Amino acid sequence: MHIPDGYINLATSAGAGVTAAGGVGAILRRVGRTLNERQIPVAGLAAAFVFAVQLLNFPIAAGTSGHLLGGALVAILLGPWVGVIVLSVVVLLQALLFADGGVSALGLNVLNMGLIAVLVAWLVFRAVTAVLPKTAASVVSAAAVAAWASVVAASGGFVAEYALGGAGRVPVSTVFGAMVGVHALIGIGEGLITASVLAAVLAVRPDLVHGARVLGVRRAVAVPLDRRAVTAFVLAGLTSALLLVVVVAPRASSAPDALERIAAAEGNSGPGQTSLAAGSPLAHYGVAGVADAGVGTIVAGVIGLVATFGAGGAVLLVSSRRAARTARSEPTLP
Amino acid sequence: MSAGHAHALFVHGHSRVHRLPAQVKLVALVVFVVAVVATPREMVWAFAVDAALVSAAAAAAHLGPRFVAGRMLIGAPFLAGALLLPVVGGGARVVVGGLWLSLDGLWGAWAVIAKGTLGLAASIVLTATTPVPDLLAGLSRLRAPALVTAIAGFMVRYLEVIAGELHRTRVAMAARGYEPRWAWQGSALATSAGALFIRSHERGERVYDAMVSRGYQGRLPQLDAPVVTSSDWVHALALPLCATVAAVVAVIA
Repeated sequence: MHIPDGYINLATSAGAGVTAAGGVGAILRRVGRTLNERQIPVAGLAAAFVFAVQLLNFPIAAGTSGHLLGGALVAILLGPWVGVIVLSVVVLLQALLFADGGVSALGLNVLNMGLIAVLVAWLVFRAVTAVLPKTAASVVSAAAVAAWASVVAASGGFVAEYALGGAGRVPVSTVFGAMVGVHALIGIGEGLITASVLAAVLAVRPDLVHGARVLGVRRAVAVPLDRRAVTAFVLAGLTSALLLVVVVAPRASSAPDALERIAAAEGNSGPGQTSLAAGSPLAHYGVAGVADAGVGTIVAGVIGLVATFGAGGAVLLVSSRRAARTARSEPTLP
Repeated sequence: MSAGHAHALFVHGHSRVHRLPAQVKLVALVVFVVAVVATPREMVWAFAVDAALVSAAAAAAHLGPRFVAGRMLIGAPFLAGALLLPVVGGGARVVVGGLWLSLDGLWGAWAVIAKGTLGLAASIVLTATTPVPDLLAGLSRLRAPALVTAIAGFMVRYLEVIAGELHRTRVAMAARGYEPRWAWQGSALATSAGALFIRSHERGERVYDAMVSRGYQGRLPQLDAPVVTSSDWVHALALPLCATVAAVVAVIA
């Protein structure tokens, strides 16, 4: 999910940078009024926690990332505003210190993983808890759904950015099928882990969970993940992943086609006429898109899903074995 | 807090690059990366110029090519996704080594790998020559919001502490014969992550109390702010400006 330099062109990256800076800036001003200084070290420690958890490869999430994004987790633990700031700081330091995500793509990464993921997670969390009884179990289930939605929304942000200025002119429907479809699967892992982490915190310190405080859920109840609920959640996630690839992805191509038609009608951007448009996937898009929109996209999407699952699974298997081996071989005293 | 804490990325040295103020290096990095990304992908010579510039910076910082290459392996998996572009790319197709590949996708993959690698190398030079606290101080001198630098400061100070706690939890699990590997064992790791959050939160509160008892009044004192001379700016910006010139020439050509 961390976009490197060169994937998205400069104009789009700059636009995303301005949007991200504006959004995070507005939230900083808002939070600056209400945040007391005691919360600053706590937010810093939470950022370190998110970073550490992202280092941990959970065996459950098979995919390109293979780790938690944490958007929903921070939104529900710390609230949406502090959550956005914490995750933006994490993304900033990952780019500057660890070269994880490009420096020029910082705005894109903050927009996708900081703003979109956290805010979508919070909106979905509030929407789901609005129709459920105010209990710890509702908080946990709403968190699972919110985490799934946040990962899918963040990948949707990438698809929109790629459509505006991505390298390689891959048909938008293919990118949509691959990214959103795969992240609908990764989102299952994100949802289950987020729910488990929250259940663990709720059982011991429910007062630390912002989402529970907002709902007035105070009583500490241990809510282990019920097997039927997990199965239902996984099935729903798989179904939506398939639906996104098979039903929505082929239709995703209609939007850029319309854009190109408008551009052509206005006569200011014929295919490949200007250097700015030539690098974008919108130029010449119609031909490649229409020709193989239907079956080709679905096949590509399904191949992408299977390949990602296989590759992700293999990487996780190797890395978890290695982690287990190093854990065994290092006689560190606790 | 010992010196050397959370400085795993820093390579001790006394080169000109090490001595440059952090904010100057940050500006140089951003200008360089923007110039690289703005370069049209067909202009291969411009990327050669950029690569020579990064190598010069690394050499001036006494960082060996093997060191930089080793660090760059961390970024390699993120660039691997670019290899899919020629397979799924649109537009005209060519046969390369028996594979039916998209020409645009090939150029796209080249662009991502070339630009991504150059950006990676440039930021490796920055992190290897700048201690993390200096980097954060540099960010705040570039007028980054105080809340962001404050949170980032606590994050980098306690990163190793929190990661260490996570590691000890895994060791403790392994010592008791439990090594979660499969999907259905994920909840055990998630539960320990939950415990880790509670510990992080409580540690944050303790840290605040400890700071207040030592006279903290909402702002950390900035010690020994380095004097930035115009020669620092000239030295640091020479390389990115060369890259910018190369990018401009490449765009015009």
